[in-house]
Amino acid sequence: MSKIKATLNSLIQGTPRSLMIYYGIFAVWLFTTAMHIPDGYLSPVTSIIMFIIVLPFWIMGVRKLREKMTAKNVPLIALLAAFSFVLMMFNVPIPGGTTAHAVGGALCAIIMGPEIATMAVSIALVIQAFFFGDGGILALGANCFNMAVVLPYVSYAIYQAISKNQPTTSKRRIIGAALGGWTGLTVAAFFAGFEFGIQPLLFHTANGTPLYAPYPLSVSIPAMVFAHALVASPVEALVTALVVAYLQRTNQPALEFVKKPEIATESSGFAKWRVLWIVLAVMIVLVPLGLLAPGTAWGEWGAQELTSRGLAFVPQGMAKLSGLWSAPMSGYDLPALKNSNLGYILSGIVGTIVIGIVAWLFTMLVTMRKSETKPR
Amino acid sequence: MSIASRTSQRTRRSSFVERTLVDINHTLEQSLFAEQTARQPGLLQGLDARLKIIALLMLLLAVSLSHSLWIIVALYFLTLGMAFFSKVPLGFFVKRVWLFIPFFTGIIALPALFITPGPVLVHLPPGVVITANGVQTALFLLLRVGTSVSFGVLLILTTPWNSVLKALGVLRLPAVIILMLGMTYRYIHLLLNITSDMFLSRKSRLLRPLTGVENRQLIGATSGALLSKSLQVSSEVYLAMQSRGFRDYPRTIDTFEMHPVDWAAGLIVTLIALAAIWLGR
Repeated sequence: MSKIKATLNSLIQGTPRSLMIYYGIFAVWLFTTAMHIPDGYLSPVTSIIMFIIVLPFWIMGVRKLREKMTAKNVPLIALLAAFSFVLMMFNVPIPGGTTAHAVGGALCAIIMGPEIATMAVSIALVIQAFFFGDGGILALGANCFNMAVVLPYVSYAIYQAISKNQPTTSKRRIIGAALGGWTGLTVAAFFAGFEFGIQPLLFHTANGTPLYAPYPLSVSIPAMVFAHALVASPVEALVTALVVAYLQRTNQPALEFVKKPEIATESSGFAKWRVLWIVLAVMIVLVPLGLLAPGTAWGEWGAQELTSRGLAFVPQGMAKLSGLWSAPMSGYDLPALKNSNLGYILSGIVGTIVIGIVAWLFTMLVTMRKSETKPR
Repeated sequence: MSIASRTSQRTRRSSFVERTLVDINHTLEQSLFAEQTARQPGLLQGLDARLKIIALLMLLLAVSLSHSLWIIVALYFLTLGMAFFSKVPLGFFVKRVWLFIPFFTGIIALPALFITPGPVLVHLPPGVVITANGVQTALFLLLRVGTSVSFGVLLILTTPWNSVLKALGVLRLPAVIILMLGMTYRYIHLLLNITSDMFLSRKSRLLRPLTGVENRQLIGATSGALLSKSLQVSSEVYLAMQSRGFRDYPRTIDTFEMHPVDWAAGLIVTLIALAAIWLGR
């Protein structure tokens, strides 16, 4: 790490300032195009994990489609996906003479709810990846997670928080749409930066050359977040707000779509379990507190630790059993990271996700059995 | 600021309508061209679409897993060979991939040349150095992206979209999703045409370049109108589907058939992919 910093310092001192400013502006704009991650930026392992993470959201969307919704929604989702695709082609002029485009995930979520938005944006992304080479095919899981899950769910939560129970024509709806679009895309950019940033830590050759995206978390997250917060997210906010304002003037029923009985779903999974979700989120955020606590949990000592604590001998059975299983993230650390704090936090996140997925898959299995017996 | 640069900036800013129009036409053109090359006789055109999808995934994985630059280069030459025997114009194929990748990925990869620690390869004048590891990591990124995109482009240039969709069924994608993918692709074209008409009609009534505020109003109105139209068309499509007897689930007639040539091709690709993964480990 310190070596990188030293090289970076010498680089900064040696480069003409004007060149750096120019490159900086250019890089900011370029990173906004990195939202569609191409194949080659992420390792296959990361790609597969991202597919597993996004899978429950897809299953949820399909299930909603099959159970709660009528066949009417098939063309509806197809048209929304087509709309999202076309919207991504609108070059919105931004100050400085360049242009950027919106993703449309926030808008789809506001009109149809986040579950359906996930489906619509995912479909648009699949077509972009296969047909237009925009975003990778192996990277589809990551791209769908960032743009079709994080963006719609975050935007929708903020839009709802600001404009819930407000009349269709309320100004708060426009503000909610803008804030939702901005935050949703910025958070999505954070995740994309995170996905880039863990690559050089986990996947490199024997001499330390990164095999995939080359920048560490300390570079990739700020680059992605700032580039989006300054350029792409304002565009997403602008387009979302402008369209909501336009619909207020011309097509108010569209803004009530999500509430209509034949399309509206009962309280969504998020709302029903909101308290639980919030508690879980708070606990994950508090994970780093564990780093402040000295030592290990009382009674959870390993064989080695027991000897270091002054115990004269390790019970025979324990010594035998302790070699039986070696965990992939022993001591909540990833040796490859060479940073135990980061390893600890990452272990927490990975663990929570794995547990979540197992629980989710189990629920799916049980409920799917039930729905299979139902006549269509 | 000189007058010339101010004018150029103004025209640049006002031309977003034109730029969007150009983009839309380019997309339509691209998909037409792909359908055209996909229907002409050639090596890859003659193979089963399901096989091609699985082969694509295997080869993408081989590119992704390789720890050796040479293996990735070899796989890239494989795409060139396959393109040649499938009568895809090579100049077009190479340009479509390499015209943009050096620009986007290349510039993202550029700083890695300098900041990746490792043995120094080149000393640049003001104390800046290019390291061997930096060159290696930048090449990994560029070649991986270029080769992966080439494989994807090759699939689309040699397989009609409808066959790609039907073949996605092998990946256990639910039929309803495949139906939606097909409809989306169809309606992307309709919406692109509608958008193109909207922008053209606006452009033909313009007497002066639009200001920034007017531009943004135009975008809001066009996107909003497009969304309303999408919602309206979707209910019309549903009525049309119903009147043609669509019940609650799509059924497809599977006409795929694996010929001996397909099995042979499948075997060869599997061997190539496995060899690439083995050699590049």
